[in-house]
Amino acid sequence: MNILQYLINGISIGSVYAIIALGYTMVYGIAKMLNFAHGDVIMVGAYICYCVTVYLGLPVLAGVLLSMVVCTVLGITIEGLAYKPLRGTPSLAVLITAIGVSYFLQNAAQLIWSSNPKSFTSIVSNMKPLHLFGSLTITGEVIVTVAVSVVIMIGLTWFTSSTRIGKSMRAVSEDRDAAQLMGINVNRTISITFAIGSALAAVAGVLMCSSIPVLMPTTGSMPGIRAFTAAVFGGIGSIPGAMLGGILLGIIETFAKAYLSTQFSDAIVFGVLIIILLVKPAGLLGKQVQEKV
Amino acid sequence: MKKLLALVLTLAMVTAMFAVGASAEAGTMKIGMSGPLTGGAAVYGTAVARAAQIAVDEVNALGGLQFELNCQDDEHDAEKAVSAYNTLKDWGMQMMCGTVTTKPCLAVGPEANEDRIFMVTPSASASDVAYTGDNVFQICFIDPAQGKISAEVIAEKSLGSKIGIIYDSSDVYSTGILDSFTEEAETLGLEIVCTEAFTSDTKADLTTQVTKCKESGADLVFLPIYYTEASQILTTASKIGYAPLFFGVDGMDGILDVENFDTSLAEGLHMLTPFAADAKDERTAAFVAKYKELYNEVPNQFAADAYDVIWAMYQAATAAGLTGAESNEDICAAMIEQFTSMTYDGITGMGMTWDEDGFVSKAGNVVKIQDGAYVSVE
Repeated sequence: MNILQYLINGISIGSVYAIIALGYTMVYGIAKMLNFAHGDVIMVGAYICYCVTVYLGLPVLAGVLLSMVVCTVLGITIEGLAYKPLRGTPSLAVLITAIGVSYFLQNAAQLIWSSNPKSFTSIVSNMKPLHLFGSLTITGEVIVTVAVSVVIMIGLTWFTSSTRIGKSMRAVSEDRDAAQLMGINVNRTISITFAIGSALAAVAGVLMCSSIPVLMPTTGSMPGIRAFTAAVFGGIGSIPGAMLGGILLGIIETFAKAYLSTQFSDAIVFGVLIIILLVKPAGLLGKQVQEKV
Repeated sequence: MKKLLALVLTLAMVTAMFAVGASAEAGTMKIGMSGPLTGGAAVYGTAVARAAQIAVDEVNALGGLQFELNCQDDEHDAEKAVSAYNTLKDWGMQMMCGTVTTKPCLAVGPEANEDRIFMVTPSASASDVAYTGDNVFQICFIDPAQGKISAEVIAEKSLGSKIGIIYDSSDVYSTGILDSFTEEAETLGLEIVCTEAFTSDTKADLTTQVTKCKESGADLVFLPIYYTEASQILTTASKIGYAPLFFGVDGMDGILDVENFDTSLAEGLHMLTPFAADAKDERTAAFVAKYKELYNEVPNQFAADAYDVIWAMYQAATAAGLTGAESNEDICAAMIEQFTSMTYDGITGMGMTWDEDGFVSKAGNVVKIQDGAYVSVE
């Protein structure tokens, strides 16, 4: 029964990684940049939800929606102010800018909310945990997290394959110049990508803090890096890849802690990743792209 | 005119005499304090700064040797602590009450040793701290002592038969306590059923560690960690329906102050602390009342430690006949001599004595949380 319990815990934390990884993978796929500030947008999302529900006393749904709105605006603003002026410059410049934005967000959060930890109230606090077969416990958070990530996954797949904007996103990701020649507004497409990614980050932030209740300005950075790893693991640029990578990473991490050693769990997790990337350098579902000569 | 001149001269002489007398008896000493006033460990630094000020005010009200206090923020960061230390040195610090947390103290200790500035830390509890110099003293237990005393208390009061441990393997504070706890537990025949770790990188998700303790059937979980992660562990445990007795050390102090934390989850939590705010003795009661009046909060152990640091410094400085006019080298030498020979009775323990390394010896005390407040465990 233990193994099932750990599997459930792993899927739960993995689903959070997956939602964050979606943001990394979409932005990378379309804008060809690593948005390292993504993890900190998660933190902002969680803080907004916290403020709305605790300070203003509004219902949870309002908190989630408002934090999605704020993060969307934040994502578009970051893209417009920090990344757009650097479009066309070497990718290293954009990467460093992203790291700068990440620090900026953390320090701003420290100023606004102070760095004292806050205890986040779970959004499903009134849902009783399910007890199956005696020892198996499934909390409300697990159910909601997994359900939301599945819905997001299906929604995004449908969005990119069937809608006009989704198709233009895929076109830009395939070949930016050709897409522009075909009359696609590349800048707008990239902005929309950032908007979607940041809204997802808000959801991820709220879900993450519901199961891991400590909220601090640095809350987003480690999960952000893990989710980035998950995105690379699954094949960066691929939406199902991010999902698969996130969930697998969560499961491997939990199993490593549960059956091998909590002391060496990170070494084990990243060891597994290195082996997989040695075998499949593009990640599990990544496309092997031929270098154009 | 002559009369006036005579009067002025007489006045001048009296003033001069008075001034000489004053500088011999009531000079001013500059005491620097550095600790996290912002950041994740801000609860500690703020408490120390506040309590040190209360003690300084009390000392100054006696009218003898005067203390002047300057508090700097180090954000529980070694680098920032060194620059805070330099700021204090530029200000003219002659003795130091600090630093509050271990990592910064390990960085500041060698600097203070080189500059010969006498230093007493209220709460940096790693054993390495006192070894940073002959001028560095601790008023709190060292970490290993906390682990040892915790094990003794658990055995003596038979609080649990199967013990689980969750600790931070990336933190010297946590591993120090863990090592002495396991050693002592073995000697006392306590059964440790699982020892789980997290690091500053993996602390985001502690569900697995808590689940493993539950699976192993531990009825007491020892938490040699700080309150931030402990609040996370308590929440997780309540979610998966696991209710052992949680036993923390002084890093647990502050858990009731985490914003929006459901303090009912901490009900029944035991922790080792040399200070109980509900203690009945007159001095503790007066200090607690004063602290409550000024800051509308019950002082935690860090506050009490800081209060004792200032008073112990005062006792040593007056015994050595210091006035504040001496060089900090002389002050340092005199204070070291006093600290290693005197006995100080404080609110965090009676009959405190220090050995040459700077370690304190005093009695331990366990409190538990009941109705959202600390209560002594009899």
